[in-house]
Amino acid sequence: MRSRGIAFKLVLFTLSGTMAVFVSAFAYVYFSSEASMMSYVEMNGRNATHAAAYQIESVLRGVEKVPVNYAALLTSGYYKTADLTLLPERMVSANPEIFGAGIFFEPGAFGAASTYFGPYCCRGKNGRLVNVMLGSEHYDYFTMDWYQFPLELNRAVWTEPYFDTGGGNELMATFSAPFYKMLNGEKKFQGVVGADVALHGLREIVSSTRLYRSGYAFLISRNGVFVTHPDSSLVMTNSIFSIAEAEHSSLLRRVGQKMIAGGEGFVELPKGVLFRGNCWLNYAPIPSVGWSIGIVTPEDELLGDVLRFSRMVILIGLLGVFVMALIVLLIARRISKPIQDLSASTFEIARGNLDASLPDIHRGDEVGTLARSFEGMRVALKDYIENLTQTTAAKERIESELKIARRIQMSFLPKAFPPLPGNSWVDIAARLEPARQIGGDLYDYFLIDDDQLFFTVGDVSDKGIPAALFMAVTKTLLKGIAEKGMSPSEVLEKCNLELCGGNDSMMFVTLFCGILDLRSGRLRYSNAGHEHPFLVRRGGLPETLAVPDGFLLGVNEDASYQTMEIELQPGDRLIVYTDGVTEAVNRAGEMYSPANLVAEIESCGSLRADEIAERILESVKTFSSGAPQADDITLLAVSFSGPKV
Amino acid sequence: MLRRLRGHSGFLLVVLLIAAAALGAKAAEPPSTTTPPSAQICFIPQWTPQAQFAGYYVAFEKGFYAARGLNVKILEGGPTRPSAQWLQKGEARFATMFLSTAVVERAKGIRLVDIGQMVARSSQVLIVKKSRGIKTVPAMNGKKVGLWGGELSIMPMALFQKYGVHVIAVPQTWSVNLFLRGGVDVASAMMYNEYHTILQAGVDPDQLRVFHLSGLGFNVPEDGIYCMESTLEKDPETCRLFVQASVEGWRYAFAHPGEALGIVMKYVNRARIATNRQHQQWMLEHMREVIDLPPPGACPAAIKKSDYMAIGHELMTNGIIHQIPDFSSLFKNCVAVHEK
Repeated sequence: MRSRGIAFKLVLFTLSGTMAVFVSAFAYVYFSSEASMMSYVEMNGRNATHAAAYQIESVLRGVEKVPVNYAALLTSGYYKTADLTLLPERMVSANPEIFGAGIFFEPGAFGAASTYFGPYCCRGKNGRLVNVMLGSEHYDYFTMDWYQFPLELNRAVWTEPYFDTGGGNELMATFSAPFYKMLNGEKKFQGVVGADVALHGLREIVSSTRLYRSGYAFLISRNGVFVTHPDSSLVMTNSIFSIAEAEHSSLLRRVGQKMIAGGEGFVELPKGVLFRGNCWLNYAPIPSVGWSIGIVTPEDELLGDVLRFSRMVILIGLLGVFVMALIVLLIARRISKPIQDLSASTFEIARGNLDASLPDIHRGDEVGTLARSFEGMRVALKDYIENLTQTTAAKERIESELKIARRIQMSFLPKAFPPLPGNSWVDIAARLEPARQIGGDLYDYFLIDDDQLFFTVGDVSDKGIPAALFMAVTKTLLKGIAEKGMSPSEVLEKCNLELCGGNDSMMFVTLFCGILDLRSGRLRYSNAGHEHPFLVRRGGLPETLAVPDGFLLGVNEDASYQTMEIELQPGDRLIVYTDGVTEAVNRAGEMYSPANLVAEIESCGSLRADEIAERILESVKTFSSGAPQADDITLLAVSFSGPKV
Repeated sequence: MLRRLRGHSGFLLVVLLIAAAALGAKAAEPPSTTTPPSAQICFIPQWTPQAQFAGYYVAFEKGFYAARGLNVKILEGGPTRPSAQWLQKGEARFATMFLSTAVVERAKGIRLVDIGQMVARSSQVLIVKKSRGIKTVPAMNGKKVGLWGGELSIMPMALFQKYGVHVIAVPQTWSVNLFLRGGVDVASAMMYNEYHTILQAGVDPDQLRVFHLSGLGFNVPEDGIYCMESTLEKDPETCRLFVQASVEGWRYAFAHPGEALGIVMKYVNRARIATNRQHQQWMLEHMREVIDLPPPGACPAAIKKSDYMAIGHELMTNGIIHQIPDFSSLFKNCVAVHEK
């Protein structure tokens, strides 16, 4: 993910954000429209069941009146016995919704002679009315539901629907009302007046009540038996409870119980129960008969509109997302293309190719600014590197020149060993360690004549090339000036004069010089602002050599110098040094200090001059090990062995 | 208004007329016990097609009769075709009927013999709605009780007598609708039939209290296979084979209830019986509980003479019969032994 390009991320984040918004909006629309659809369907179904129930009810109520009225007539007793056989036909002919009607008397109630008296009239084929007398050993109507119900329940009731295959294949139900005779102030049951209603009319009402394409309506009796159902094989054979049993649906059984109890409702049924898929059932009672009408609505059709609408929304949404993806991709490309080009070019630059050309981006936005900045950087970098190359070349040249200069400088210094061949009266050795390639310290020693040894140690102000040149000048001057018969102060004065002339840069040099007479051991010396050397008498401790005051060389033309002298005894030593020794600094920032130097000189005992110089230098180096050398270090040791004889 | 035809089809008047005509015509002929020329063996169950007779339908459909060389034809039984009369008239060679019916018919002089007692236990029950508060038989005193006519009311009446209970008997015939409507407090029912019909009308088992006659000392064996005494004498081998094939039919039906149910429904639909598969399934399952199949090749278990005498006694007490028919002459349930 992190390694993916900007375009990809832009598309991904934009689209996922858009998708999230779209999905939530869609879910909201879907569920709210489903909910409103469901409430609409429930209302619709309720209206439809009520309408059908009302129609059925009105038919049945119309039928109910007839037996009730005739039962009242028979109970009143205001009728002619002879008319009784005519009454059923009158009931049927006057009421088109009645299929058949009859009056059935209790045993012996109508004349003691006969057990049965049951005039009955029904519609035969072609609508002709057929009159018959019912009741015989084989047609014991006293055990029929329509007779027993009013008898045992003492009221007019509807029977369960029953199917008659002989009388015109009619599914019918009977409404029968009891009639009585008043006997000693008590009602005595005399028989029933019954009216049959053919149920095919109801079937039409029910089957026309249908919602959606494959939804259907059904009617169940008080026992839950199907009175009408689109699957005619279920009619009168199955009940809602047998379906519940077959489908192992306790839910349907409970619904059935509510239905036959006169309940009303809207319930979801799982698939396979009443319909192959999930479905919803609206049910409402038909109070007169205690039946119930149900309307089954398949859920997929019920939500068909919502689903179609949703599918369209999804399609539009996906299309929109696709178009949006393209647009975002284009924008992302537009933004990231120059960045990519820039990236490729800068990669080239990063590899060191500063001549790589940056893409030509003429834009006012951030990318343009970035590209221009890159271009500026590239140019600056190129210039810088060119500059650096030149500088480096110059530096290298200087370095190599400095190396040569060092060699030359070092070659100035006496370093022959033994220093004075064939001279056993004096031992002299020196060490010079420049802080840089070349340094401003100097030392020298040479014989002015056979017996006079000139030696000097100096320190030019500053370091580096100017100091080195000044040192070279000084050393050359000294060598040229120091002649036989000159005192050290004269040498310094002459040298000072020479150095002052044309010394515009105002450089200067401190210097100590001495002339040792090898025959006498007399040492004459002068000092121009230099460190005081240490004198170590034979077997003694190092002591600072008292030196005359003297201004440093090269600044004041009028400066004057004095010469002092001491006698050196055999074994005496003189250690001359520059401030680079005592001021050498270690890592902790501590200086080597004269005390250390004194201690070191003391420890040297009777070493040779060469060894003393080496030892002290090593000691200084050890002390300051690791710390950069700040100043040139110079040491010169003179060991007098005895007067020349 | 026409009779609610449960388990029977036919416009009543038409049925009555046809039946009357048929009866009249048949009555003119002398009772025939001879084998029809086609050697066709007619069998009539005591009621309209239902799973109560599954074993016989299965035996026929699976060819168990044919395999024994029996050319059987199953007639449609029903209330208008009392199987004992059909036997007597020679309309059928074999029939099924309740033991109590057989005793009554034998006592009347129809010389029937029981050649295979299939149903060993009584399925008859009395049902009350718990809401009516009747918890015991004595509590039925003064209540309206739906009672079937004929022999089927004998055992309940004997029960009431035993408990000294006086009930208001309301004739119960085709349906339990009067009970469902609350017109009677107690309904007569067969566990395999009406009890389930009540459940299928939306009444839950826990709303009902069931009094099993078998558990109250009136465990009367029910369906048996019957033929005329003369048939058995003349052709015991056919009788034995018929019983054997019928037993095989039952065995197969219990082993393959789904297939058996399909066969039953075929007969049910052909007879246009208003019933459903679940009801027949219930019935078949219940038949499994009351039929004790003999081991293959053996004949059905014999009835105890003491049980027989008890039934006879009840029938006589109630004035249905005046003399208990001889046990051994009615009950010839060892055709297999007889064969050997």
